[in-house]
Amino acid sequence: MPFLPVKFDLQKRVKLAQGLWILYWLSVAAGALLLGLGVFFKVELRKRSELMDQSESHLLPNLLILAGLLACALNAFGGKVCHDSLDPLKYSKWKPGLRRFLLLCCAFNALLLLLALLCFLLQFAVYLTLSRGLKNSIRFYKDTDTPGRCFMKRTLDLTQIEFRCCGNVNFRDWFEVQWISNRYLDMSDGQVKDRVLSNVDGKFLMDSVPFSCCNPGSPRPCIQHHLTNNSAHYDYDHRVEELNIWTRGCREALFSYFSGLMTGVGVLVAATVLLQCADMAGLKYLSTALETMSDPENPECESEGWLLEKSVKETLVETLAKIKTLGKSNHVQEGDQEGQA
Amino acid sequence: MALLKMKFTQQRRVRLAQGLWLLSWMAVLCGSFVFSLGVYLKIELLRRAEVMENTEIHVVPNILMLVGLASIGTNWMAGRVCQDSLDPSRFPRWKVFLLGWYAVAALICCLLVAVVVLSYALQGRLEESLKVGLRNGIRFYKDTDVPGRCFQKETIDRLQMEFRCCGNTNFRDWFEVQWVSNRYLDYTSKDIKDRIRSNIDGRYLLDGVPFSCCNPASPRPCLQYHLTDNNAHYNYEFQNEELNLYNRGCREALIDYYMGLMNSTGPGVLSVILIQMSVLLSLRYLQTSVEGATTQEQPEGDSEGFLLEKGVKETLEEAKVKILLLLKFGQVDPSAADGSPDAEKAPPSSS
Repeated sequence: MPFLPVKFDLQKRVKLAQGLWILYWLSVAAGALLLGLGVFFKVELRKRSELMDQSESHLLPNLLILAGLLACALNAFGGKVCHDSLDPLKYSKWKPGLRRFLLLCCAFNALLLLLALLCFLLQFAVYLTLSRGLKNSIRFYKDTDTPGRCFMKRTLDLTQIEFRCCGNVNFRDWFEVQWISNRYLDMSDGQVKDRVLSNVDGKFLMDSVPFSCCNPGSPRPCIQHHLTNNSAHYDYDHRVEELNIWTRGCREALFSYFSGLMTGVGVLVAATVLLQCADMAGLKYLSTALETMSDPENPECESEGWLLEKSVKETLVETLAKIKTLGKSNHVQEGDQEGQA
Repeated sequence: MALLKMKFTQQRRVRLAQGLWLLSWMAVLCGSFVFSLGVYLKIELLRRAEVMENTEIHVVPNILMLVGLASIGTNWMAGRVCQDSLDPSRFPRWKVFLLGWYAVAALICCLLVAVVVLSYALQGRLEESLKVGLRNGIRFYKDTDVPGRCFQKETIDRLQMEFRCCGNTNFRDWFEVQWVSNRYLDYTSKDIKDRIRSNIDGRYLLDGVPFSCCNPASPRPCLQYHLTDNNAHYNYEFQNEELNLYNRGCREALIDYYMGLMNSTGPGVLSVILIQMSVLLSLRYLQTSVEGATTQEQPEGDSEGFLLEKGVKETLEEAKVKILLLLKFGQVDPSAADGSPDAEKAPPSSS
């Protein structure tokens, strides 16, 4: 008793082949989109890698690129098979390999499902990497003369401007590090000496932030220094002031950007899985419809197509039995060898 | 003596029609490219409209959009004419429109050339417009509480950060205006009172710039205030400092940006002109060869195609005669009315 059988005449077969051809080329477009998104994601990670300690994982974009390429190749092949399916001569070329092709598509679908899952799970890893990376970035902000870190200042400034954020969790992270290099501090000045001596590590700490934390939307020219000192500025109350500098932390800003990207990619991968399943079902129907033609010489004859030759239960039982026999054949051979020895 | 005569067999006519059909669809794509170019340029100009005093430069994207739409329409029509050209029953209905079509296509080419010329010619006007607009922007920077100007600060800040520029000509423009609002100045402070009294207009001027002038690539945390005072900062020399702020003025930055945009579209527009000209010439050849074939006894046989039926001079003279005739038609009637009353008056005086 076949699973979900459908009767086909010539008209229906032709329509199925044409529809399936269009569907395959749509899937090729989806694969190309996956490839493009993988490349874009990789480029974005590279751009921000300095802020993530250069330790970010490129697993996801690499898998996306691979999946995109595979999807394009498999679906282009499927489209070719559809195109040739109504010509018996050309179709006989592809007929033997179709079973393996469908198994390959199944395996690819499983890979895509895994990829969709990864898109959602790896967001945690990105969060942790960002947290650690930004902490180090803020620490190395002043090291514009250290090779390997000389562009950290520029990168962090441009990131804070672009993502409209300040510091790691918030702007107070800047109060805890020395972000002015010793090259620009007059160590003979009394005030500077006081500040440096006032903490255990001998760091020049201030309640100030870099200019890139400034919010252009503030009605007032930006107040960067002496942020917690109300009397240092006219008509200023640091507890009420909201528009002066960005209040959001860069960790949150960057994470929301990347998580949005990864969620979008995950949704697209899930949609591709559905599309691929539809492709596989269509191809199975087409191949079975062409196989079961009662009179191969007469193209107008009727035929039947199905998804599975027997019902789902029986197919599963058969598959399990096959796998067992595969395992058993190994055992039998070993037993024989032992017996002979 | 026809201009640029060519012999056309039936085969050649069919090839010409097919080739022209493809070419006209390519020209439709080019027309939509020109239209989208115009839309993009217009959007970019509108985005910075706050720092431009007048909108004269908008004539460039307006013409591009108009020409793009007209080009799509005319080339689509050329495609339809091609499709019908080899069918003798359907071709004659297009004959009436073809003269007008040639005029419109020639006008499109002229307008495209005019656009390229204008985009260079209007550079001076754009610069003037930006000069005044930026000057006003810098003057009204502090007026964040005046309705109509409250976003000037944010606009100028974002402009300076995005285009990496400072001030109108350079950063010294900020020294000449009061860019800190009076609301944030403590008038009881001696320092501020001194500064305000030190100039005629009673403005609070300082040698400082807003934070948006800061260059992130500087190795040193940004120095915004007391820029001309070497003693105010450790290890600082005003004359040698190059990386602290952006050196370029925003006027120069914006001009470079817009000229770059318009120059990069130059080759595209020129190739669109070439394609439009070739569509025009090919359609003329197709029309004349098909008409020549239909007038012969054997419609399937050879015919001649040409650009102009007679030479250039003769065609121009004929056109002049036609136009004068049209003009004279208006003048002939009044002179005939004068002639008859004069003739009646003359005989009585002579006798």
